[in-house]
Amino acid sequence: MKYVDEYRDADAAAKYASAIAQLTTRPWTIMEICGGQTHAIVKYGIDELLPANVTLVHGPGCPVCVTPIELIDKAVELAARPDVIFCSFGDMLRVPGTHKDLLSVKALGGDVRIVYSPLDALKLAQANPTKEVVFFAVGFETTAPANAMSVYQAKQLGIANYSILVSHVLVPPAIETILSSPQNQVQGFLAAGHVCTVMGYTEYEPLAAKYRVPMVVTGFEPLDILQGVYMCIKQLEEGRAEVENQYTRVVKREGNRSAQQLIAEVFEVSPRKWRGIGEIPNSGWALREIYAAYDAEKRFDIASGPVEESSECISGLIMQGVKKPEQCPAFGTRCTPEHPLGAPMVSSEGACAAYYRYRRRS
Amino acid sequence: MDITNGLSCPIPISDYPNVLLAHGGGGKLTNQLIAKMFLPAFDNPALQAQHDGAVFRLREHSEGDRKESPLLAFSTDSYVIHPLFFPGGDIGSLAVHGTVNDLAMCGARPLYLSAGYIIEEGLPMDTLWRIVQSMQQAAQNAGVQIVTGDTKVVDRGKGDGVFINTAGVGIIEHDRRIAPQSVRPGDVLIVSGDIGRHGIAIMAVREGLEFETTIESDSAAVAGLVMQLLAENIEVHCLRDLTRGGLASALNEIAESAGAGIAIEERRVPVRDDVHAACEILGFDPLYVACEGRFVAFVAAHDAERALAIMRAHPLGADATIIGTVKADHPGVVMMKSRIGVSRIVDMISGEQLPRIC
Repeated sequence: MKYVDEYRDADAAAKYASAIAQLTTRPWTIMEICGGQTHAIVKYGIDELLPANVTLVHGPGCPVCVTPIELIDKAVELAARPDVIFCSFGDMLRVPGTHKDLLSVKALGGDVRIVYSPLDALKLAQANPTKEVVFFAVGFETTAPANAMSVYQAKQLGIANYSILVSHVLVPPAIETILSSPQNQVQGFLAAGHVCTVMGYTEYEPLAAKYRVPMVVTGFEPLDILQGVYMCIKQLEEGRAEVENQYTRVVKREGNRSAQQLIAEVFEVSPRKWRGIGEIPNSGWALREIYAAYDAEKRFDIASGPVEESSECISGLIMQGVKKPEQCPAFGTRCTPEHPLGAPMVSSEGACAAYYRYRRRS
Repeated sequence: MDITNGLSCPIPISDYPNVLLAHGGGGKLTNQLIAKMFLPAFDNPALQAQHDGAVFRLREHSEGDRKESPLLAFSTDSYVIHPLFFPGGDIGSLAVHGTVNDLAMCGARPLYLSAGYIIEEGLPMDTLWRIVQSMQQAAQNAGVQIVTGDTKVVDRGKGDGVFINTAGVGIIEHDRRIAPQSVRPGDVLIVSGDIGRHGIAIMAVREGLEFETTIESDSAAVAGLVMQLLAENIEVHCLRDLTRGGLASALNEIAESAGAGIAIEERRVPVRDDVHAACEILGFDPLYVACEGRFVAFVAAHDAERALAIMRAHPLGADATIIGTVKADHPGVVMMKSRIGVSRIVDMISGEQLPRIC
């Protein structure tokens, strides 16, 4: 397929791999932020093409994984209500809450629907005026424009039976949390191409300067990632710490201005709790007060009991690049996609799911 | 009397107190349900073979018999597809193709089908008529007769328009044992055409996921093509149609049943550009997307090229491709060389493929 196959070419990949090997004189640890990149790396075996002294560690860029368990519990609670049509991206349905996941709620009669866009959920609200339609608005900056658009349109069109359960998180504060941790081993970052498509990459420039780490905005195909790694190691070897853009065919430095304006109209920066990591200040978005009527948490009186995380799940350490999935004692034994202890085992962007699916040898 | 004979439910209630959709998804949970509940409950040799259909004789051969009782294949499948009519087919033609194909995968020539209808009250009579006509046409094309049937109507809201069950009987007219157990190291894997069209065609018309495409389902009866391979005396060891769970699940099932290692190459697996594009957008792996008119053949290496030529000469096998081989190492595991040349496992899917976030 044009514009895809070119970026998955075996000969070009081998050339990049040998160029990286020639360039590398010392051990380097690089983190790819985005779970989509993690999956591409593990699926195509990109890390196996790299020299032994280059280590890729996996970052927190899996929106499903970092959605706090309290919100999953709230989603489960809402989805079970007979007056609610609960809409979600497919990935969220298998994520374990304290007692249940959304798929189990569906099995017990909850009206849970998979949609591909929040605008489809908005259409459902129009088509079902006697029901409350709630969309589970999770994601990084990437999904925010569409989620914002659905709320904006709902207000414009006077659709009163639509609301969103917001769990929006932001990449730059997460990077700062990782870099300021005493456990940090990450020396360079591959920044997430799609997040930067929306937001641009000016926000990363002060981070690169402050912590002296190179950051390369990188795409998602094997050759994108290999080129991103090459650019990152080149900076490390030359002692530079800049923000560079590998994904020039998609990303502009200033990002997508109209998307940013829409986000700013609907959302404001707020503190967010990250599953496995904890609360990070100014690390998320919440609906602005003028859109409070569309905030499912304010609209419904959601009873939430005490939350309980699996004590065995080390997802926080995995998402901060401190451990790899195979280093978790529960990996592939007590924690599998059928019986997940944490979200990274079931999300299509989760590191544990990638290792389980592509690496495990039974 | 305790009707359970004192046996407790074999699927631990603590794991799955309720049946989930994934128990019918053709992946790990389906297999678990079969292995833990159905197989032990109905235990018998024909079932234990775990093929697409059961193979047996009506009467075992004994000394005084003048003529051996013929070898038969018997299979059943239920069709619960939504929407009832989709690009490239409908529930009626699908119900014929699916069961005909299951019989063909046993190496049998399909002969007779049954048709059981569970109809939801209120279904337009015209809709039912279109489905019945489509079944008739599909049966005629596949050379089978629908010889018995059943009709039940359920209350409105208790069905999804119409559910159809078909069962089929076919006759095995050769001496080959076409089953996972016949797979040998060195066997060559041929897939009969491009994969994933059915799953994407259905996905494109489902509520909530509509996207514009001209992809039509690959739904077709492949028995004619299989019969041709057998008539040409190709040394076929195993056949499996690629339905729920797609190519990856079919290969995993066979690798496990046969205790064989399977190695395929990603770049050889035929996927049409439009299907590939839809998969990229939805975050699906075409290896797991359903087909309804495609199968994989495990053929002895010396016959592989000849088998490929026969398949390519047939309208339903025009895009047939050799995708890999059976290995003596990594028994039970399917490995794939990725496009950039690194090997990885191809796992059995755990549940349904769900569209991703971004």
